[in-house]
Amino acid sequence: MKIHICLTGIKTIILDCNNISQYSVFLINSALMNRRDIMSAVNPDQYSYPSVFIYGHRATGKSHVVLSIMKDLELPHASVDCVECVSSGLLFHQVLSAFFGPDAAALLPRCPSLSDFVRLYKQMSSNSPATQTRYIILDRAERMRDMDFSLLPALLRLQELVNDNVTVILLSEIVWEKFRPNTGCFEPLLFHFPDYSKGKSLVQILSWDHHPSYTPELYASYINILLGVFFSVCRDLRELRHLAVLNFSKFCEPLEKGEAKESDIHKLWKNIEPHLQRAMQTVYLREVSSVQWEQQQMDEKEATTLRVLSAHAHIELPYYSKFLLIAAYLASFNPARTDRRFFLKSHGKIRKTNFLKKHEKTSNHLLGPKPFPLDRLMAIFYSVVDSRVAPTASVFSQISSLVTLQLLSQVGHDDQLDSPKYKCSVSLDFILAISRCVCVCVRLLDLLALSLVIQSQVVRQERSLFTAVSNLHLL
Amino acid sequence: MSKRRSLTEAQCVSLAQKLLRERLCHQKLPDRPLALDSQYKHLLELLRRTAVHGESNSVLIVGPRGSGKTMLLGCVLRELMSLKEAQKNVLLVELNGLLQTDDKIALKEITRQLHLENVVGDKVFGSFAENLAFLLEALKKGDKSSSRPVVFVLDEFDLFAHHKNQTLLYNLLDVSQSAQTPVAVLGLTCRLDVLELLEKRVKSRFSHRQIHLFSSLSFAQYVDAVRAQLSLPPDFPDPKFSDAWNHSVTKLCEEKSVEEILRRHFNSSKDFHRRWCADLLEASRLISADSKAIILHGLSILELCLIIAMKHLNDTYDGEPFNFQMVHNEFKKFIQRKSHSIHKFEKPVVMKAFEHLLQLELVRPVDSGVCKVQREYQLMRLMLEHGQVMEALQRYPQCPTDVKQWALSAFA
Repeated sequence: MKIHICLTGIKTIILDCNNISQYSVFLINSALMNRRDIMSAVNPDQYSYPSVFIYGHRATGKSHVVLSIMKDLELPHASVDCVECVSSGLLFHQVLSAFFGPDAAALLPRCPSLSDFVRLYKQMSSNSPATQTRYIILDRAERMRDMDFSLLPALLRLQELVNDNVTVILLSEIVWEKFRPNTGCFEPLLFHFPDYSKGKSLVQILSWDHHPSYTPELYASYINILLGVFFSVCRDLRELRHLAVLNFSKFCEPLEKGEAKESDIHKLWKNIEPHLQRAMQTVYLREVSSVQWEQQQMDEKEATTLRVLSAHAHIELPYYSKFLLIAAYLASFNPARTDRRFFLKSHGKIRKTNFLKKHEKTSNHLLGPKPFPLDRLMAIFYSVVDSRVAPTASVFSQISSLVTLQLLSQVGHDDQLDSPKYKCSVSLDFILAISRCVCVCVRLLDLLALSLVIQSQVVRQERSLFTAVSNLHLL
Repeated sequence: MSKRRSLTEAQCVSLAQKLLRERLCHQKLPDRPLALDSQYKHLLELLRRTAVHGESNSVLIVGPRGSGKTMLLGCVLRELMSLKEAQKNVLLVELNGLLQTDDKIALKEITRQLHLENVVGDKVFGSFAENLAFLLEALKKGDKSSSRPVVFVLDEFDLFAHHKNQTLLYNLLDVSQSAQTPVAVLGLTCRLDVLELLEKRVKSRFSHRQIHLFSSLSFAQYVDAVRAQLSLPPDFPDPKFSDAWNHSVTKLCEEKSVEEILRRHFNSSKDFHRRWCADLLEASRLISADSKAIILHGLSILELCLIIAMKHLNDTYDGEPFNFQMVHNEFKKFIQRKSHSIHKFEKPVVMKAFEHLLQLELVRPVDSGVCKVQREYQLMRLMLEHGQVMEALQRYPQCPTDVKQWALSAFA
């Protein structure tokens, strides 16, 4: 019996926050919390470890649980989000005003250094000594690494520096090894907040905000369908909740229209599944805002056609700009020595050489666009465009506007006026979409694009394609 | 005759808790530092000579993090201040390299700690040396023959060496070499090569006296130290409780599994700070967990596939940096050839998953800050090792078998 008591005694000596992970399980699994259990573990009237580091994925409840404990037990705490603290002075100001009132914070000089903060803290705490442990909670602590280099090590040992009963709690997504300064520092206690499992926790939490006019079972089945589509892509609780809220009205459409009953899960699934797939390509990627998405859902209720909403579908370019862009893409991704073969009407004999040099084994598509001079762009442009184009200023000005639209990017210095160099910044999908709009020689351009894709393959195949291309040219 | 009520069980436990917490979390100074006797005597002697006989001295205390430098200094200073002559005369100035990041700030702090703010007032000094000389002059006693000895403690000494021109160090050590005021300069640092950081003129003024604190405990002594830390002191109000407590702590330390855990910790670090005294098994598991593997546990399947694709790229190209296009290419090859359970995702969705990995710092760009290159073509490196990825895969909940087989295959 004695040993048991002693062991439980040792157990409760663990820092207060060790029970936080159990606290989060409490929150999730049961509506009632056994407050007495937690109260016996947390003992703010004594000293606690100078610093604690809590890490875990996004939306696993780190800030929520820590702040709830602080509020419920009414512990003196200062909660600071490090993203807001552009300068360390803001951090000091917030901490001092939370513990000692705004008058104390006003005593800080204009650009306070860490030395001023510690001195002021010592002064204030000697005037009002702590009866309970004070907690400083620093959310998104990875930003502290970019502030003054001595801020993080000093805060980790703040208890020693100010000689007061204070604990610093750091919350972050990133692991502790990436925080440690070069010469080492005081190691905090590490705690991990585990991520939610699909079956037990995630479904349960998401089912909490069910709509009042429908049964919880219906909502649970909706959540299961949603997770079936999105769980393999994203596990962030916030994102999943957002998506659940946005798409629920669409899910309930057949029920409202009277086409299906609540138990016809299969029908409801067939209705919602393509909608969710589209949501993955638009709302999930934030290509459209949630307001636009809801608007589109309202419009769809009247019409029955499905429209794909995407930012890319809306770029309208002038006629020659499209050709310029296609020429730029070909210039970026084809090596210069293949130009002769591609774009001249009579290219002479094709030498059967080892087409690809050793270092070019990786396809150009994987390495990125290469810069090209303006002359080459114009040469390819003239051979690609269907009609005769005179080199007027209007054509050249379209190149500048493409640069402004960031479809092309300029390489090199702005001062280089005689031979500017450019790079194409758009992807193959965009170019193919544009080339489809251009009604001339779509096949030619498609073939050219294809030949680039298979560039790393055998020379034989290439030659047949080239003959096909050259035949097209002669047409 | 006062009747002393014996404390209840709960009160005993909470009192024990309070004591142990103070000892472990707050790092209260022990009566005598453990296994540091020679260093203790050396330092005490040095400081006594400054305080009582007026000799100037400088010494560096060097030791790895957690070896007890601050604790040693605290104990020595406590004993020094118990001497009558020292108590009356000696002034203590404590500077910390983390707080006083600049010489100007350091000088203001020195002025404040010597309580000479009123004396200095609004005076403007030409140089640091003048200012310091003025301060030390002001400390002279009435008969102007002798002046009070000052002990300067410089914590994180190596950070002072990064100040501009090392003016503070130069002037302090200069004063300690010249015979004006009895000054003791004590530096504490964790860097063994701290002398290389000092400029030539500063190094020559330093007395090259170093006290090294290398923990030379054997395992048996380590276990003894742990037991001593967990035991209650003899002046605990309830002697029966404290006896029972100490007895069970001794039995705990003798148990096989506990000894194994202690040995593992002893072999990895002799840090006196980390006296985890929790449910020992659970705590030891918490401390030695691989945090990156834990983070990998919470990734989505798509992100995990991207990491496996990166691992394959690393294996094929011997660790050369890759970009998103290459990773996407590998992933597409897997989807087309081998996968049954994972269907094709659009490229922007894959890009978003990749950006999540970037945010978690599992993937880092090779040259951060260069934004002239498109996002998809920026070169990156994977911050995980082959072994870590495979281990995380084993522990991943409900991992599809084709993903696992893809990871294990030698040829992607």
